[in-house]
Formats: sequence, C-alpha cells, structure tokens
Amino acid sequence: VRPVAVTGIGQTRHAAKRDDVSMPGLVREAIRRALDDAGLDWTDIDAVVMGKAPDLFEGVANPELFLADAIGAVGKPLLRVHTAGSVGGSTAIVGTHLVGSGVHDRVLVIAWEKQSESNAMWALSQPFPFQPPVAAGAGGYFAPIIREYITRTGAPEHIGWLVAVKDRLNALHNPYAHLQLPDITVDTVRASPLLWDPIRYLETCPSSDGACAVVLAAQPTGNNRPAWVHGTAMRTEPMLFAGRDEVSPAAGAQCARDVFAEAGCTPADIDVAELYVPFSWYEPMWLENLGLRASGWRAVDAGETARTGSLPINASGGVLSSNPIGASGMLRFAEAALQVRGLAGAHQIDRARLAMGHAYGGGSQFFATWIVGSERP
Amino acid sequence: MRPVVIAGVANTAFVAANPDLDETEMVEEVTRKALAEAGLQRSDVGFVCSGSSDWVMGRAFSFVQALEGVGAWPPIRESHVEMDGAWALYEAWLRLQHGDVDVAVVYAYGRSSYGPVDDTLTLQLDPYTTKPLEPDPLSLAALQARLLLDRGHATEADFAAVVAAARGLDAASLLQAPHASSPLRAHDAPFRTDGAAAVVLRVGTTGGPRIAGIAHLVDSHHLGLRDLGDSASTRNAAARAGGTAGVEVAELHAPYSAQVTLLARALGLGPEVRVNPSGGALVADTPMVSGLMRIIEATRAVRAGARVALAHASTGPCLQHNLVCRLEAS
Repeated sequence: VRPVAVTGIGQTRHAAKRDDVSMPGLVREAIRRALDDAGLDWTDIDAVVMGKAPDLFEGVANPELFLADAIGAVGKPLLRVHTAGSVGGSTAIVGTHLVGSGVHDRVLVIAWEKQSESNAMWALSQPFPFQPPVAAGAGGYFAPIIREYITRTGAPEHIGWLVAVKDRLNALHNPYAHLQLPDITVDTVRASPLLWDPIRYLETCPSSDGACAVVLAAQPTGNNRPAWVHGTAMRTEPMLFAGRDEVSPAAGAQCARDVFAEAGCTPADIDVAELYVPFSWYEPMWLENLGLRASGWRAVDAGETARTGSLPINASGGVLSSNPIGASGMLRFAEAALQVRGLAGAHQIDRARLAMGHAYGGGSQFFATWIVGSERP
Repeated sequence: MRPVVIAGVANTAFVAANPDLDETEMVEEVTRKALAEAGLQRSDVGFVCSGSSDWVMGRAFSFVQALEGVGAWPPIRESHVEMDGAWALYEAWLRLQHGDVDVAVVYAYGRSSYGPVDDTLTLQLDPYTTKPLEPDPLSLAALQARLLLDRGHATEADFAAVVAAARGLDAASLLQAPHASSPLRAHDAPFRTDGAAAVVLRVGTTGGPRIAGIAHLVDSHHLGLRDLGDSASTRNAAARAGGTAGVEVAELHAPYSAQVTLLARALGLGPEVRVNPSGGALVADTPMVSGLMRIIEATRAVRAGARVALAHASTGPCLQHNLVCRLEAS
C-alpha cells in the first residue's frame, strides 16, 4: 500500500438554507474550491466517491446518479457510501483506499447534505418495525446516554456549557461556519431552553446545508503543501443488545486503537483533533472513548481542549457550529488535514504536525477515524 | 493487486412478497450460508460491506437494523453503499487490497413488496428537470428499445425471444400481447421480488472463481446527453475488467428484455456466449440485490464448468451506471 496525500480541500459556506444554490450548485461550490487548492481540474480526476446521510433528507433516491454530471463523474467510477453520520469519514477512507491500493492516482471525495430540502426530524424519526417508536430525533436518543455519562463520572453540569461556548467562539475564526454567535457565554447557554434533559438549546448542533470535498492523490499536486494520511479505521457495532456500553462504545475505542496502530503513534502524539460533537457533552465523552484523555470532563474544565490548550478540539467550531449531516464527518477529516497543512487560516493551531479526524453515526455505533500528518509516512 | 476469489455465495428464495422474513433474518440466513459454503467462521471475517436503499425499504437508516443479522460483535470493520450489492462487493474487493484483512463478507437485501418500485425508481431522476415529468421505468426502457428497432439492431421478436428463453414461454404467443409502452409489452418488464444475497471474498488463488477484473463507470444522467441505444460505460468497464475474450457465460443485469439485446451488443458478445442462463432479472429482480445476484450466478456458472464468466450490474435510469466483473476458474 502506497502513501496517500491530501492535496485539495474545499467546503461551502454552511447555512440553514442555501436557497441561492441547487443541489448540484452546492456540491460544485465545494469541489471547485478543492480542485483549485489541489491545482487540478475536473478532467484530472480518475474516480469520485460520494457520501451522504439518508436520501430521505432531500427527497431524491440515489442522488449521486443525477449529480454525476455536476460532479464531473461521467465516464468515471462513482461510488456512493452511506454509513449514517460517520459517512463523511467513511467516504474519505474509501477514497484513500482507492489511491493507496494503486487502483487510481487522483480521487475526488465529496460529502454533502441539503437539509433544507426536507425535514430532518421527520426523516430521522421513521419507526422501525417491531420496535417502540422513539420519535424524538437524535437529541432524544442521545440525551439519556449523556445523562448516564454524568452519573458515572460525577461531571458538573457546566462542562457541557463550556464546550458549547468554546466551539461557537472557535467558529468566529472560521468563515465557512454556519453559526456565528459572538455574544455566547456560559450564562446564555445555561439560560437557553432545556430540549432533552440535560441538553439545552445552545448545546445542540444546527441543521445545515453544506458540502465538503477532498482530493486524494498518490503524489503532491499543485503548489500547496499536502497532508499525508498516516492511518484510517472504521468500526461498527450493533445498535440493539444489552451488552452494549452506549456511553463509551467498544466500536469507538477499537476504531481508535486500530487507527493509532496503523499510524504507528499514540494519543499523546496528537496535536489537534476534530471530533464529531453534535451535542456539547460528546466532547468529554469522545476524549475518553478514543483514549485521548483519561477524564474528558476534567480536561474540558481545565481548558485543555481550547485553542490555547494542550489538545485543541474542534478549532473549526465543529459540528456544534455547522452540521450538514452527510458532510459533517468529512469536514472533521478535512479540518484535521487543513491544520497539518498549515492552511486553516484564522483558526490555525500553531505547530500542528499530527491531527485526528473522527466521525460517528447511528446509535453511537458507526465510527470512522483518520490520522493525518505534515510529514510523508 | 492481491488476488481475490469468490469463496462462498448464498441467496434467499426470491418471491414477489416475503412477509415471513424481516431484513435482519434474511441477512442472517444468507451470510451464515455463504460463510458455511466457504468453510469459514464469522471470526475469520475481516471486513463486511452491504448494499441497500432507504427509499426501497421506506425508512431512513434501514441498513442499521439489517446489520444485526451479520453479527457485528465484537465490533467489526464495516461499510455500506447506498447502491446495489455489486458495488458493495467492489468496495470489499478494494478493502482486501489494503493488505491487513483477507476475508470479506458482502450482502445486499431489498423488497419490491414494500411499495411501488416504479415510483421509487422515478425518485432517482433529476428532481429539477426530469422527475417532474414522471416518466416511469418501463417507458424509459421503451425509449431504448425504440432506438434498437430504429437502428435495425433488433426486432420485437428478439425481445420476445429473450423473455421466452428466460421464462420458458412461447415467443410467438408473447408477440400477441398488446404493447404496454410501445414497443415494450408488460412481459418485457422485470419480475419484481423480495430477497437477499451474500458473497464471501477471500484473498488467494484457490477455493473458488478468481476475480480477474472488476470495474465500474457511470454515464451522464441526462437522457438527452447520452446514446440510449448503447452503453458506453458497460463496454468501457468491461475493457477495464479484462475484456470479454473467452467469455462462455454472461450474466447481464438487464431489467427489461430489450436491455439484454442492448448490453450483449455493447459488449460485443457473440452467439457462442450463453447469456443469462439463470433467467436474469426477468425471473427475479430484487432492488439492490439483482446486480450482486449476477455475480453469484456467474460464480455458479464457473463452478459448473465455464472457464470464464462475465457478470454485469446496473443502476440508474436506462442503465446509467454499470459494473462489470470478470470471473475465471481458479
């Protein structure tokens, strides 16, 4: 297997409603930026991998088919990945394997969601046969799991508020971020309505329209410095059985062990990370699950995950600031790569050499991670 | 590339409606049988990849529950494509090239009985330009059939002969039926079914047909931007997959009879090639499974003595996206 370079990254401006663009227009906005970054044009791409979450979100079945023309895939291989919320990460990993295996030299991966075309709450709440309907969307599903984390660890309730404020202030340095909340404070988070105990309104992610595109190549392309993929991993576990620990899923922990083993490094080597945190409490939960910190909430409380801390998490503003669901995972992978390329702009973290991107989906059961570095492995 | 063989295959019975098995049960059945055929245990599996469609199943994240049937504990390396299982097999083949795992399980499942499949397929059309016209799949296939007639590439009797061969019927009497969407008749359409199928891939050169080549390409979506009387993506994918030289059996994923003629012509298959001895999609067409079934039937053809078999999978309106897999006896 040969090394894979991340040579182009593009994303859209994320917003609740991108009424100014069609679905093809949305994905092309991200792809054009990625191609420009990579110094490539449409015809330089050998294959395309598209990822997005449920097609019910836009009301189009298999939209990769009608988008084939707009994304420059005509006459090329086109794969469509769907692994729930982790799909953006999984899509990047499939693209990495296409290049690493030698099947193709330059692969475009694109992940997107145009949530304003439909109602995500409806699409997420379709009943499963033979099961009691939850009909509460993602927040209702994850709230009891967060409560269990608090009960187990004795974490004080302000931890979630700290993360909510940190990520929104980080987003002020990211021109693509959906939410721009310059006045947010712990007090405004605490005063915001309780949606699903213990999750308050300002502790949740938005619903966004947006896309992210990444060019993966066997050699550096263009004039910008590439990131190098040091390791990738995907792990899955079932949603429904009594032996699961939903607070710290075995699949998440195994996925982290896999990716560190493939990258040949340890959690202590990671300079920055972009973790999939759709509800504030998931930052401390993932810090522990991935082995990045023994006590996630103490690390948050001590400011270790702030831009100035020892392990900045979600310097981009994260999912809490932009959440085009199908693209959210790829945005984590892409932002990790931007950091080690030194191209993260106003939210660049100094001396970022090794970064982790992370995504999860389903009922905390699908995991995708990669570790990218500034040096060729 | 690391050499990969098809070590085990399995499928459920394909029936118009199977309310007795839920998707989890179907997946459990086919993955268990395919592993048994390969002489492998679940603990031997290094990667799992599946293909299915939320719109076909009528709910978001439908693959999540089906996953329970494959036994995802302890946590497995796993992925899913919102495509026919043939593309899941492609991703699994790719994953085996990474070098760290040697066995992959692929499965796909689908239902025709959960809702009108024609309506679901219409949702694949460009929502801005084509979907508002609501062209149904039979009428779209009829556009292709008309081109074959106009160019002198086929006659209506050829279409009837394809159906007669697949279903064991009399071609002359089939031609007496009225057109449903001229020049196609109701019997030119696929027989829609429920079911699931699984394949076990293993790195190596023995123990089953060898994947000599696998490739897929997509054509333009827009019906006016490609030649509907041809399939350039099928022909080019076949070339990338090692060509058609020596092919004895071809399993073509052609839901409509005229598409068998079209694909055989696009691939340049001669009269010596046995096309769709299984009957193809005209006897069992399960959404998201039918393409993977062509690879399974080609596998069985090689096991039965063919030295080279070609499997083809298709998706999208008028055969937009095509995959070709060349299997050779190991």
